[in-house]
Amino acid sequence: MGEIYVVAEHRKGEVREITFEMLFKARELCRTFSHRLTALLLAGKDAGFADDLAKRADRVLVFENDRLETFNSDLHKEILNRVIQKDQPFMTWIAHTSWGMDLAPALSVKTGLPLATDCVDIQAEDGRPIVIRQIYSGKLFSRVSFKESPGYLMTVRSGAFLPPDDAEMEPGEVLKQDIPADLAEPRKTFVEFVDTEAGEIDITQADLLVSIGRGIGEEENIATIRELADRMGATLSCSRPVVDKNWLPKFHQVGTSGKSVRPKVYLALGISGAFQHVAGITGAGTVIAVNKDRKAPIFRVADYGVADDLFKVANALKEKLAGA
Amino acid sequence: MDVIVCVKQVPEVIDADMKISREGTGIEKEDLVMHINDWDNYAVEEAVCIKETQGGTVTAITIGDDESEDVLRRALAMGADKAIRIDPGERELDGFVISKILAKVIKDLEYHLVLTGVQADDDNSGMVGIMLAETLGLSHAAVVTGVEPEGDLARIRVELEGGMDEVSRIQLPSLLTIQTGINEPRYVSIMGIRKAGKKELTVIPVANLGLSEDDLTPRTRIEEVFLPPETTGAEMIEGDAASVAAELIKIIKEKGVSI
Repeated sequence: MGEIYVVAEHRKGEVREITFEMLFKARELCRTFSHRLTALLLAGKDAGFADDLAKRADRVLVFENDRLETFNSDLHKEILNRVIQKDQPFMTWIAHTSWGMDLAPALSVKTGLPLATDCVDIQAEDGRPIVIRQIYSGKLFSRVSFKESPGYLMTVRSGAFLPPDDAEMEPGEVLKQDIPADLAEPRKTFVEFVDTEAGEIDITQADLLVSIGRGIGEEENIATIRELADRMGATLSCSRPVVDKNWLPKFHQVGTSGKSVRPKVYLALGISGAFQHVAGITGAGTVIAVNKDRKAPIFRVADYGVADDLFKVANALKEKLAGA
Repeated sequence: MDVIVCVKQVPEVIDADMKISREGTGIEKEDLVMHINDWDNYAVEEAVCIKETQGGTVTAITIGDDESEDVLRRALAMGADKAIRIDPGERELDGFVISKILAKVIKDLEYHLVLTGVQADDDNSGMVGIMLAETLGLSHAAVVTGVEPEGDLARIRVELEGGMDEVSRIQLPSLLTIQTGINEPRYVSIMGIRKAGKKELTVIPVANLGLSEDDLTPRTRIEEVFLPPETTGAEMIEGDAASVAAELIKIIKEKGVSI
């Protein structure tokens, strides 16, 4: 085990939570093996993030340039490649986000260092890293080793490591670095951010959400669940496959690419429980899941479960409510 | 505009019972239904849509045994013009090796765009597309939910986390990894697949590609596959639908929701 470098991710003037999660886990490993933890910050001029990162790392290497105000995989790859070639850190961690997924595999080819993506745990054994990943839609886990190499790259899943509130420490050094003068012009240019959430209902404000997933089967079946939601005074939400099929607009979607919700009760009907969805309901008071597959991952996170056909349960609920 | 689309056959796992293989490093695939990786299905549709609006050709490529030709015939039925299957033989593959094999074949083809799915629903790595882009020296973007060609550029939309998209312009030729929901993949009939059997399908053994041993050496290795750790999990409510419904209503009311 040697030094760990963590690449900070930020968007619209804020450091993304995944950055602090990575720094928390990396610090734990660095302490065990007495190694230095470095945060890498590529940002616009005077972004002001460095001090915040310094509270969680031994040092922060800061690359400031107007061209780095928003993420650009070409520029990130060029700069990180030079840092890695020069410093040869043992591990370099990148967020497993859309941006990290655009950067890490290219950086792996560029540096020649092996990559494991979407890691939910990272350990070091006998001087080599071992990572844990989910495979087959999270139904199984895998323990993965690497071909021997001078360094290793990982992307880290959001929510895999949760830092406590007192994760800050004695501030580390902030070291401004020069931007290489011969950086090539990036092949991709930023145009704008678009908020995809605006819609006529706000699922984040509901006390009771009735949420549908792939198990709904057909678009026509949504009407009967909408009826149930209306009768319960609940708001209708859904998981990704329903939006992918265009059966409900995106503002109904719960999960990492949709919204995080905090209802008192979340009633999940026919939702298998992919981690992207589950990440959006961690704030829910009580989760009730109905799914005909008794082994569906949703039952691992739900408080109450019913292993049955969702329509049977929905109709019975409607009858009970009508009779009450 | 000529588009290359990379597809993969994977087991259908959402409703399947998964069994770990005897060696403990994979799964038993015999009883599983194989189908096209969901992300790749959207990528094929996107490629065909681009051809329909811009003209040009679509070439579908997969790496796999002869059974995986099913996904190529499906892509041909959706509107691809020709297909290539690269036969890996008994070789062990990881994302790195797959990207090197694809790059070796694609570098000699004519194209403006290469599309892959964001990830495949077996190892869920999401690395092949962008590794392929870097090996071929192409511009790239991951998790793409919109593509509009504009001459030598394309205006693209990338799905970020938390209900935010990023719009940017990217120089062609480019590689984009396609996210689900970008389009509505067309229905493919058995008859359509049968008709597509007349289209060109080339098979290339990996050994014919002249790749170096280094390019064919996996960078990662699965040491062990295991079931998710036990959790206390949900308290299961059993019984007939009426009593289950009564119990659920009671729970919901107890949690402070008036229904």
